[in-house]
Amino acid sequence: MATRILRRVFSTPARCYSSQPIKCTLIPGDGIGPEISAAVQKIFAAAQAMFCGALQVPVEWESVDVTPVRGPDGKFTIPQGAIDSMNKNKVGLKGPLMTPVGKGHRSLNLALRKELNLYANVRPARSLVGYETPYNDVDIVTVRENTEGEYSGIEHEIVDGVVQSIKLITEEASSRVAEFAFKYAKENGRKKVTAVHKANIMRMSDGLFLRCCREAAEKFPEVQFEERYLDTVCLNMVQDPTKYDVLVMPNLYGDILSDMCAGLIGGLGLTPSGNIGLKGALFESVHGTAPDIAGKDLANPTALLLSACMMLRYLEMNRHADIIEKACLSTISEGTYRTGDLGGKSKCSEFTNEICRKVQSS
Amino acid sequence: MALATKNIFNLFAKGLKFNPIAASSSVKFAHTSSEHIPEGRTKCTLIPGDGVGPELVYSVQEVFKAANVPVDFEMFFLSEVHHAISAPLEDVANSIKKNGICLKGILATPDYSHTGELQTLNMKLRRVLDLYANVVHVKSLPGIKCRHQNIDTVVIREQTEGEYSALEHESVKGVVECLKIITAAKSQRIAKFAFDYATRNNRKKVTAVHKANIMKLGDGLFLKSCQEMAKLYPKIEFEAMIVDNCTMQLVSRPQQFDVMVTPNLYGNIIDNTFSGIVGGAGVVAGASYSPECVVFEPGARHTFSEAVGKNVANPTAMLLCSAKMLHHVNLGYYGTMIRNAVNSVLQEGKIKTKDLGGQSTTNEFTYAIINNLR
Repeated sequence: MATRILRRVFSTPARCYSSQPIKCTLIPGDGIGPEISAAVQKIFAAAQAMFCGALQVPVEWESVDVTPVRGPDGKFTIPQGAIDSMNKNKVGLKGPLMTPVGKGHRSLNLALRKELNLYANVRPARSLVGYETPYNDVDIVTVRENTEGEYSGIEHEIVDGVVQSIKLITEEASSRVAEFAFKYAKENGRKKVTAVHKANIMRMSDGLFLRCCREAAEKFPEVQFEERYLDTVCLNMVQDPTKYDVLVMPNLYGDILSDMCAGLIGGLGLTPSGNIGLKGALFESVHGTAPDIAGKDLANPTALLLSACMMLRYLEMNRHADIIEKACLSTISEGTYRTGDLGGKSKCSEFTNEICRKVQSS
Repeated sequence: MALATKNIFNLFAKGLKFNPIAASSSVKFAHTSSEHIPEGRTKCTLIPGDGVGPELVYSVQEVFKAANVPVDFEMFFLSEVHHAISAPLEDVANSIKKNGICLKGILATPDYSHTGELQTLNMKLRRVLDLYANVVHVKSLPGIKCRHQNIDTVVIREQTEGEYSALEHESVKGVVECLKIITAAKSQRIAKFAFDYATRNNRKKVTAVHKANIMKLGDGLFLKSCQEMAKLYPKIEFEAMIVDNCTMQLVSRPQQFDVMVTPNLYGNIIDNTFSGIVGGAGVVAGASYSPECVVFEPGARHTFSEAVGKNVANPTAMLLCSAKMLHHVNLGYYGTMIRNAVNSVLQEGKIKTKDLGGQSTTNEFTYAIINNLR
C-alpha cells in the first residue's frame, strides 16, 4: 500500500501536468458500442473540465473505424489505419465487436493481439455495493495467459474420427504472465497470488507453468504465493470467494474462471478487462453487442467505463481513475439512476449525466 | 410377480454383472419393490482411497453393520502416493470385474509420479475398466444452507480421453505440447449415454458443454456427435453451451440445467463448481459406469488430506454413494433406509460436521445416521 501511495505521489503529476495530452485509440464497436463509447467520452470530458487549469487535458481520443475491408488478396481484414493508430498510441479502448461471420476473416482481436503482443488478460471482479447477487464478498483479479495454451489453434484430424488438439505451454510465455501477475499484485496493493493449474493431470505442461510461477514468486517475496488445483478453485470459489485475491493461470482456465467471477458479481456488463502486451495495452468491455437494445439509449456503460479507468491506471493517472470509478460505483449503489440490466429504469444518458455530475462535484 | 421373481433370479444368476441398460431396469425395479428384502449376500470391492477416505469408508461399514446390509466388502488399499503399500492395479481391477460393483474413496494424484509416468493411477483404473461415463447427480439437500436452492442436475462426463490423455512431450527445452484427444466413437458413446439416461429418468433437456468456437476440430467433433445423437431423441430438448458462459450461468442461475454432457476437463470443472454450490465436496455422490461395472465414488474428488485423523470429515457423500450402490444391486430396501437416515439427520440439523457449519465429529454424525435407520 505504501508503495502504491508513493507511486501515486511521485509518478502521477509527472504525466498529468505535462502539456502533451496522451492519445488513446478508441474503437467504439458495434451494437451498443457507439453509445457506451460516447458515454465514456462524455464522462472523461467532464473529468477533464474539472481538472482544467491545474491539470492539462490528460487523454485525447482517436476514434478509428474497424469495419472490415477487402484487402488486395481478396480477403477481408481490418483497415490498416486502425492497426497503425494502435501501434502509434500504444493504448486503446475498445467496445464490443460483432463476431464476424464467414471464413478467411482475421478477427480484430487476433490481429491486435498479434500486433501488440497482448500476452496477459486482466479482469478484476469486485462485488458492487447496491447490486445484490448471492455473492456479495467478491474481490478477485484474474490474470490469464492469452497467447498459447489450449487456444493455440493447432489441431488436426489424425484419422477419420480422431482429433488431436495441442495445448502449447512455453516457458517464455508462462514466466512472462507469472511475473506480470506478481507485478500487478504488488503495484495494486494485493496480498496474494494463486497459481491455478492441473499439474496432477497434465504433469509436464501445467507442471512447466507451475514451475514458472514458483520462480516468479521467488522474485516477489512480499507477495504471498499459493498453488491450487483448478477443481479446488472452482469448488471453493462458489462457497467462499474471499479465499482468493489474484489468480494467475493458463488460457483456458483463465477464460473459464474470469467468466465465473463475472457471474459471481452479476455478469459481463459490470466487469472491466485489460489486455497487457509487450508493445501496448488494449482495454475493452467483454460483453456482447446487444443488438436488441442498440440505439435505444438503454445500454449500461459500466464495463467500458471501468475498463477506461483501468486504462487510466495503466497510464499512471490513478487520481483520475479513482474519481471516475467512485462516481460510477456510487451512482450504482445509490440506485436512483440505474439502467435496465441492474433493475433500474434510467436511460444510458441519465446514468451518464449523473456520473458526470458526481465527477464534477467531487 | 412371476416376471419379477424371474428378474431377480436372472440378476443373481448373472453374478450381478449387467450392462447399463439392464442396470437401469434393475434400479427402477428396486424402487418399485423396496418393501421386499432379498436373500443372499452381495460382494462389493472397496477402495478406501487416500486422505480421509479410510475414515469415510469406516463410517459406511459401521452403518452397513448396524443396518444389517447383506453386502460383503473386498477391501483393497489402492494408492498412488503410498505406492509402496498399494495393492496391484490388476488385482483391484479383477475384483471389480468379478463383483461388478465397487465403492471407492478418492485417490490422491500427486504432481510427480515415482516412476516418471504421465498417467495417473485414477486414469489407469478408468482405462483398464473402461469407466467411460461419470455421472454426478447434484441435488440440493435438506437442511444445508446454500446460496442457491432447488438444484437438481445430472452432470455426465466423458472420462477416458480429452485432456486426460497423458500424452505430453517437451519438443525443445521450455516448449511443452499436451495432446487433447477427441474421438468420434467415444463422443458418440457418451452422448448416447446421456440421452439414454435422460430418457430413462424422465429428464427434459440435455445440455452439451463445449468450446467449439475455439477448438473447432476437437470440441467441434464432440458437439457434432451430440447434435447428431440429439436427432435420435426428439422428445428430449437439446442445447449447446460454451464452457465459459456455462460456468457464468452456473453461479448465477444453476437451476436452468437438467442433464449436462461434457468432455473430460469441463466435466471436472462443472462437477466441482456444482458441488460447491450445493454444499461442498462432502455431500455429493457420483458413479462411474463402464459397460460391465460401476464404481461409486464421491462426485467432487478431493482427498481432504489436511483433515486426516481429525475426525471432522463429512461422510454424507460416501453414504449416499453406498445407497446408490445398494439400489444398483437391487438392495433398494437398504439403500432407501440409509438415504432417508441421511436426509433426516441433515434436515434436523443438530448434528453437523464442520464443512456444513457444525462442530460434530465424523463419528457423531455416523451414530446419528445409525440412530435414524428405520
